[in-house]
Formats: sequence, C-alpha cells, structure tokens
Amino acid sequence: MRTFGQLLFAGIALGAVYALVAVGFTVIFRASRIINFAQGQMLALGAFFTSWLVIDEGMPFWAALVLGLAATAALGLVFQWGVLRFAVGKPEFTIVMLTLGLASVLQAVIPTIWGSYPRANGDPWGHSAAHAGGLAFDWVQIWAIIAALVALGAFFVFNRYSRYGLAMRVAASDQEAAVAVGVPLRRIFGLAWGLAGLVACLGGVFLAGYPNSLDPTISNGALLAFPAIILGGIDSTTGAVVGGFGIGIIQELVAGYQPQDASWLGHNFYIAAPYIVMILVLLVRPYGLFGSRPAERL
Amino acid sequence: MTEPALADIPAAAAPPVHPTAAAPARRLPRRTAVGAVSVLAVLLPFVVGRYWLSQLVFVLIVAIGALGLDVLTGRTGQISLGHSFFLAVGAYTAGIIGGRYGLTAALWIPAAGVVAGLLGAVVGPTALRLRGLYLAIVTIGLVFIGQWIFVNVTWISGGPGGESLPVPRFGYLDFASGERMGSVLFDRNKLYYYLALILLALGMAFVYNFGRSRSGLSMYAVRDREVAAAVMGVDVSRTKVKAFVIASALAGVGGALYGSFLSFVEPTQWDLSLSIQYVVVIVVGGMASVWGPLLGSLFVVGLPALLNQVSGSLPFLATGTHVNGVISPTDASTIVYGVVLVVFLLGEPRGVVGLAARVGRLVGRVPAGRAPLFPEQQTPAGDLPGGDRDEKGAEHGQ
Repeated sequence: MRTFGQLLFAGIALGAVYALVAVGFTVIFRASRIINFAQGQMLALGAFFTSWLVIDEGMPFWAALVLGLAATAALGLVFQWGVLRFAVGKPEFTIVMLTLGLASVLQAVIPTIWGSYPRANGDPWGHSAAHAGGLAFDWVQIWAIIAALVALGAFFVFNRYSRYGLAMRVAASDQEAAVAVGVPLRRIFGLAWGLAGLVACLGGVFLAGYPNSLDPTISNGALLAFPAIILGGIDSTTGAVVGGFGIGIIQELVAGYQPQDASWLGHNFYIAAPYIVMILVLLVRPYGLFGSRPAERL
Repeated sequence: MTEPALADIPAAAAPPVHPTAAAPARRLPRRTAVGAVSVLAVLLPFVVGRYWLSQLVFVLIVAIGALGLDVLTGRTGQISLGHSFFLAVGAYTAGIIGGRYGLTAALWIPAAGVVAGLLGAVVGPTALRLRGLYLAIVTIGLVFIGQWIFVNVTWISGGPGGESLPVPRFGYLDFASGERMGSVLFDRNKLYYYLALILLALGMAFVYNFGRSRSGLSMYAVRDREVAAAVMGVDVSRTKVKAFVIASALAGVGGALYGSFLSFVEPTQWDLSLSIQYVVVIVVGGMASVWGPLLGSLFVVGLPALLNQVSGSLPFLATGTHVNGVISPTDASTIVYGVVLVVFLLGEPRGVVGLAARVGRLVGRVPAGRAPLFPEQQTPAGDLPGGDRDEKGAEHGQ
C-alpha cells in the first residue's frame, strides 16, 4: 500500500507535467487544427535555457524560470509570426511539416549550445522531500503539481472569462465565423503559440527535475503527451488535463509494478505502455473521452 | 471510412484519361533525360572515390525507403512518422533469414519487403481509422513500441547490444569478397551500389506505373479531397491501407539493405529522428514524383557527408560530436534539414522536382503551364524534373 501511495503521488506529479504539455498541444490544435510537433523541442529549450541561467549565469531559480517562460513564449510567437504567417491558407499538411522543421532545428541547436550530456536542472529542490504518513513527497514533484494546477487554473479562467479566451473559443469552433465577427485570427494564432511556449517551458523544467536529469532526449518526454491528448480527446482542454494525469499515473504505476509483477514484459515497458494505452483508446473510443467527433459535410 | 455505404459503391468502369497521352511530342526529351541519368548512374562508381561511393550507396538505399513513404505521404496525403519502425522490421528480417539461417539474398531481400508489408497490413487498418493527423500520432507510438520490442526480444534484434546483419550473397556471388569480371574489380561497395540501383529502379518503375493505375489515381483523390473521393466511389480505407502496405514493404527492403550495408544495427537507431529524415527526403525532393525521393535523398545523405569532408577546414564545424562552441556535422545537417524543409514548404512545395520544372520553364524547354497553388493539387503526370506536370495536371483536373 505504501508503494502504491508513493507511485500514485509520483504519477500525479508526472501527470501534471503531461497535462501542461498536452494543453500546449490542444491550444494550438484548437486554434489552427494542426499538431505542433515541435512542442517537445520547445519544452527542451525552455528547460535548458532555465538551467543555463541558474547554473552557468548564477541567476535565482524563479527569475530564471520567468525568463525561460518568456523565452519559449517568444519562440512560439516568433515562429508563428516569422514562418507560419506565410502558411495561412495552406493545407494542414504543410503547416505540420513546418513544425517538424522547427523541431529538427531546435533538436540540433540544443546540443550545439549546451552539449548532449545530462546536466543539472537548476531547480532549488534537488532530491529533498517532505515526509508524511510514511511516504516521501519530493519537493520538486509537489511544486510540479502546484505549478501545473496554478497554470492550468489560470488558463481556464483566461479561456472562460477573458475577451481573448472567448475569441480563442470562437476561433476553435469555426474559423470563418470567427473572422466574420471580427476575431483577429492572426493575433489568436500568436496567442496560442505563446501560450503553448509557456506551458512547454513550465513542463520542461519540472520534467527535468529529480529523479530525471536534463539532456536533449527530454523532448521525447513531451511526445508522451500524445497518448494523453488521444485519451482525453484532441480538441478538448479538459480532456488534455484528464488525459495528462491519467497517462502520468498509468506510467508511474507500470514503472513501479511491472518489473516485479510482470517481468516478462521486459525492460522499459513503462515507455511503451502509454502508447499501447493510446492504441487501445483509438480502437475503442477513437475521439477520446472528451473529444468531439467531427461531422462530415458533403 | 467516412461513409461506408458510399465507399462501397464500385467506381465507374471507364478508366481515367491517361495523363501522358496528351503530348506525345514531349516524350522524347524525357526519354533522353531518363537515359542520360541511367547511363550516369551506371558509370558513377568508376568515377567517384571510395568515400563518396559508400555515401552514394546510402543515397540509393534511403531513396528506396523514401519512395515508399512518398506513396503514403506524398501521394495519399497520410503523414506517417513510423517509417523507421518498418525499416527496422526489414533489417531484422534480413538478420534472421540471411544471417541466422544463412540463406541467399535473393530470398531475404524480398522477404524483408513481404514481412514489413504484412506488418503494415496488420497495423494499417487500426492506424488509418481516423482522418488527418491521427496517423502521425499513432505511428509515433509505433516507433516507441517498436523500440521496446527490439530492446527486449533478443531473438529478433539481438537485444540492446545490437545485431550483425548479413552481407548479400547470391549463389557464388558474395558481396563480402567482391567479384572480378574480366579486368574490372567489383568490390563490396560497387556491388552494393548496383544492387541498390537495380532495386531502386525497379521500385521507381513500380511506383510510376502504380501511380497511373486505378489504385494509384484513387490515392490522389483521397489526398486531395477525401469526402469527394468517397462519394465518387473510391474505397477510402482500402486505398489508404494499400498505400500503407506499399510504404511499409518498400521501407522493409530499404531497411534490409541499410542494415546490411551498415553491417551492425542497434535498437536505438530506429528512432523518431530517422523517420523525420525520411519525411525531409520526400518533401525536399518533391512529393508525388518518382524522382523526388532520389533527389531528396541526395540532399539528406549528401549534406552530412559533405560537412564531414569539409569539417577539417571550417572552424565552426567540429570533427567529433558535441564539443562546446562548435557544431557537429550531424547537428549542422539537422539544422539545415529543418531550415530547408521550411524554405521548400513555403517557397517551392513541390521540392527540388518543382524547382527543376521551374528552371526548365525558364530555359524555355517546356511552355509555361499554370502552376498549382499547393502540392496536393498536383496530379501524378510529370514524373521527371523538367517535366510538364502542371499543364497535364490542369488538363487532368478538368
């Protein structure tokens, strides 16, 4: 039981990170109907930039985090403004390929600047933990959950009550109608990319916390948000959060129990497990728990 | 898959107008061009040095796999990031049949294609159930599930430590020792080169003809407007699965040769970035064209090879990997891939093939046609750089 509680907590912390990343995917998908395949690299860039500011430049963690958030948000904006702007009206295929291009560039830029070896994350918590009820709660995980909940809460308030949140929802439900009623689509796309950059950086910084470390393969971690968005439904932000926590918990439980209880599944099953869940979801409920089934117009 | 009832209606019996029947007069320069390229390709191994010959072998091998991805992505419009999985399947099939059982390459090369194709037929229907970008996501899952399998199932892949793959052997012709024919020595690289060249040529001929068949034309219909295709009687799911199977089979053959030429493969190398490289190949080369994969492969394989060669003389390039302050040739190429991908998508979505067509028009060899706005509005017609695809595309569309 103690193990279960421990794993569940770790799963919730990991799920919080996945939820953040998944919301990043969903925000962009809702705005422009494409999947941003560079989300993982944006996440890695945010984490590396923050770590570099703390460790090499001696900046306090919180200040570095704010700068990291600003940097990734700016990256998202610049990509939207400098590249995607020219692809408006092109097929989704083209835009998706453009994000793959960005992913490719960032994936190589990161090790070029910071090297490909694991480096310290720069968060102030390290391996320290709070103990309660016989369980150890790593501070970095507690803060991951807090940060994710605050960020997600802020996003939902923004999405629900602000003018731009409303505009984003309008754009998500019907782009042409949105243009017709005067929603500034270009600004909405920029906003979506900026928001995606913010959540990517936040997710990256916490994903690289203990017990993980920071190396360029961290971008693969963001890919695990794909099972989350499939589970939740690709166009639902609620789904992204639920799916994120779900996949995080599943992954930690598998990582905790499978090596002893199902050792025949071999090494690294916890990496494959979310994708297997994803394929099962696609077979049973293809549009996810909260997703909407697209209607066909002939 | 959208409207099963509609999709099941058989298509009209009359075959579509043959796209190239329109302009017999223009076929001559194309034949000359194909002939010239073929002669050049056959003579090339005797001109280039050892290093570049081995790189050319990689170019041809990558082009075989990319040809498959082009059928799926370029022609059918389905984005797959799982190509590396099928490359791996081909490589390990070669390892088992050719390596462990020591059978001839005349068996394991086709077997690699068949096994990968069968696996594609198993995975395809699930992966293609949903429209649009879902396939890209599912195939990412395939890459990670594949890596988990390859790390764990030692029987297939030799486990995390990797697996040696066989050198092709056809009867007495052994690639390892080379072969002397008269006064000409065909060493290992030359033999690989000609083997890959023959397989690529066969693949290109197959894809070219297939692209003009009924099934092939259905693919363009599915890519350009899925619902309309279904209404007109194209079986959308079957068309997609067919494309997926062809893509997987060609990836299998390409993967078998790739692994064999490398002679040793590890599970970790079949990763997402390998898949992305193949995507770059087809986009840069030019989609829905049989020459695109080859041209794209020349770029994607050639660039790091070139950077490796010149890294000694360029101060910002490292000769090793990841030294601070300098950039490794691999990373430099990856950055260039990304930038070139973006530039081509925004500037010339038809890739190098489209660029060549433009140059061709500038030179005045071909009268200017109406250029399509987007690559997906193209038809299969012009399959040669400098060809007159646009005009025929317009005719065909009418």
